[in-house]
Amino acid sequence: MAIAIFVGFVLFVIGLSFYLGHRTKTSSGYYAAGGQIHWGVNGIAFAGDYLSAASFLGICGMIATVGYDGFLYSIGYLAGWIVALFVVAEPMKRLGKYTFTDAVDFKYNSRGIKLAAALSTLVVSVCYLIPQMVGAGVLVQPLLGLPHHWGVIMVGVIVITIVATAGMASTTYVQFLKGGLLIIFSLVLVIAVCVRGFNTRPDQGGQVPFRVNAKLTASESGDQLTVAEPGVRVLEVQKVAAAKASFARLERNSREGWWLVAAEDGRTVLHETQSVVVMRDGVRQVNGAPESKENALRQVGNMEQVCGQAEAPKGAVSPFAFLAALSAKDTLIRRWKDTSFTDRDGSKVTVYYPVLTAGSQLLRPGMKFKVQGSFLDRLDFISLMLALFLGTAALPHILIRYYTVPSPASARKSTIVAIAAIGFFYVLTLFMGLGAMINGVINPADSNMAAPLLARSFGKALFAIISAIAFATVLGTVSGLIVAASGAVAHDLCDRYLKLRMDDRQKIMAGKISAFVIGGVAIVLGILFKGVNVTFLVGLAFAVAASANLPALVMLIFWKKTTARGITVSILTGMAASLVLILLSPDLYKIYGLDPTRAPVPFSNPGIFSIPLSFISLVAVSLMTQPKRAA
Amino acid sequence: MLHAPAAPVGKDPAAAYKSRLGIWMFLCYLIIYVVFVAINVGQPLLMERVVWRGMNLATVYGFALIVIALLQALVYDLLCRSREKTMEGTQQEGAK
Repeated sequence: MAIAIFVGFVLFVIGLSFYLGHRTKTSSGYYAAGGQIHWGVNGIAFAGDYLSAASFLGICGMIATVGYDGFLYSIGYLAGWIVALFVVAEPMKRLGKYTFTDAVDFKYNSRGIKLAAALSTLVVSVCYLIPQMVGAGVLVQPLLGLPHHWGVIMVGVIVITIVATAGMASTTYVQFLKGGLLIIFSLVLVIAVCVRGFNTRPDQGGQVPFRVNAKLTASESGDQLTVAEPGVRVLEVQKVAAAKASFARLERNSREGWWLVAAEDGRTVLHETQSVVVMRDGVRQVNGAPESKENALRQVGNMEQVCGQAEAPKGAVSPFAFLAALSAKDTLIRRWKDTSFTDRDGSKVTVYYPVLTAGSQLLRPGMKFKVQGSFLDRLDFISLMLALFLGTAALPHILIRYYTVPSPASARKSTIVAIAAIGFFYVLTLFMGLGAMINGVINPADSNMAAPLLARSFGKALFAIISAIAFATVLGTVSGLIVAASGAVAHDLCDRYLKLRMDDRQKIMAGKISAFVIGGVAIVLGILFKGVNVTFLVGLAFAVAASANLPALVMLIFWKKTTARGITVSILTGMAASLVLILLSPDLYKIYGLDPTRAPVPFSNPGIFSIPLSFISLVAVSLMTQPKRAA
Repeated sequence: MLHAPAAPVGKDPAAAYKSRLGIWMFLCYLIIYVVFVAINVGQPLLMERVVWRGMNLATVYGFALIVIALLQALVYDLLCRSREKTMEGTQQEGAK
């Protein structure tokens, strides 16, 4: 059923693009849907554009694993629309024609601005494309049983087809459909979560029996660990500094496994974990046996205690009662963390181990962001919240949507519709994420699938619909990004910067060729970044957008002394500074497979440095390049 | 419909008012957002405090930021529309 719904939706979307493509004859139609989209449709399409894989897959996944810190992304993303509405919406519509570059170059007709703004649009779009493609790869695994890279390639090919056939018109209607469906079915999922209520032994609606993790008692003398149970042999013990924990490798019932060593009531206790071991010859073992379709990591996550009770009260709960119970001090939730190390045989081991967390700790900041840590840790958090706040109004694929409506008033109204739709959806993310956390559906190796897997626990029909919508989410957002990026290449660079003489048909063709190339790049990057949380990646794209684009746009609107050179330098400075800081940050070092403590930049979110730097460079260069007044 | 060129945008006599109003409303929201971030980094434990219907400050403040954004947006639209109508009326009278 999942496959039928998915294929049906994709065919419908492609059919719609061919239909609209047949009607698109002008470059205005291709890049801005003729500027005639109704504000209500555009508002929901805004939501469709914005509620990307990061919002649906990434935020829900992050809330499911780290609680409230994931919801902070929702808050920051939504707050960014305030900047879009109050500062950018109407001026943007008045200033431009097709692209972000048109807007910042409106007063100046400067080749420098054209080049810098087009480059920045390309860079931000590609940064934003990576997480969308990663999300696509994640989705196809449980939906179609295909490996990650096939999901990425599939999305790439479909999206290139959509964009190359009809441009902004089809992208808008795909976004409208997808945005609407996403909100409706997320609401259905949240209602289902509240109706199911709490259960300390979740069984996915009777589909998967709850599994109690084994516990062994042991004794330690010096470095020697001995397990009381007969037939159990301790093979080695690893102290992992990063996890502040020790893990014992045991042979039990002729099967090897890793166990968490913990001290409880003065005794040494071993807790069963899950593990993935990649041996030196490349063979992968899951929980002590070769990896296969039947032997994969188990889905996890449950409540150990609900408001002090080991047995949860039966029946539905209201949304308020749901959040109140989950944030209670005497509610305990079993989450799963992971850590990696190399064992004595040289195999690479990743252990997924359970930890009990109180509700009061879970629903306040601190599980991911070290808000009680050092000065730099706090600065990193502030920097992220700043980038989320300022990034929305600087995203090229969001900005170009202001050109698809007929007037500045329509631009304003569509932004308000977007705020209502997106805000409502973000409230739902908290319920979906927490629902996944306590219903035993989390794949410990990949948090991105939390929401679709939660849907699967309510039956295949809901899973099929949610997965198809999630896939459409990726399709829609990638379409919007490729339209923005191809506009930057074909319209800003080829037509306006290089001044290649092209008629309307050639301009559309240039846009389509650009869509092919950018789509190809996105496919490669999507495969390379497999396994990284998509919201984290989008957070970085926001930082680049806020640093490169927003200062130029804001100063252009509000400071009369802004000059063309000031804007050019500001865009290039913001873009270069944010990219360099990100590429040398601890989080990226982890992705490279290097030791994050060796990263030259001690924080992961560059916004707090790169955004002011971009503003300062604009002001300084503008003051130095003021036009001379006639005597 | 989609064949038409992007619609031309005429002069908007209410633009200056809307721009000023936008800045003030943006500053109001910014203050609420800054206080939220400040509590998160300065007093994160304060966020545990139960404030409404069993929910803690973190949840209530988070939802409030979303609801306030929507309310401010609606008020902004109302004021902008009212000014646009007034200016339109003034322009029409001037044209007579």
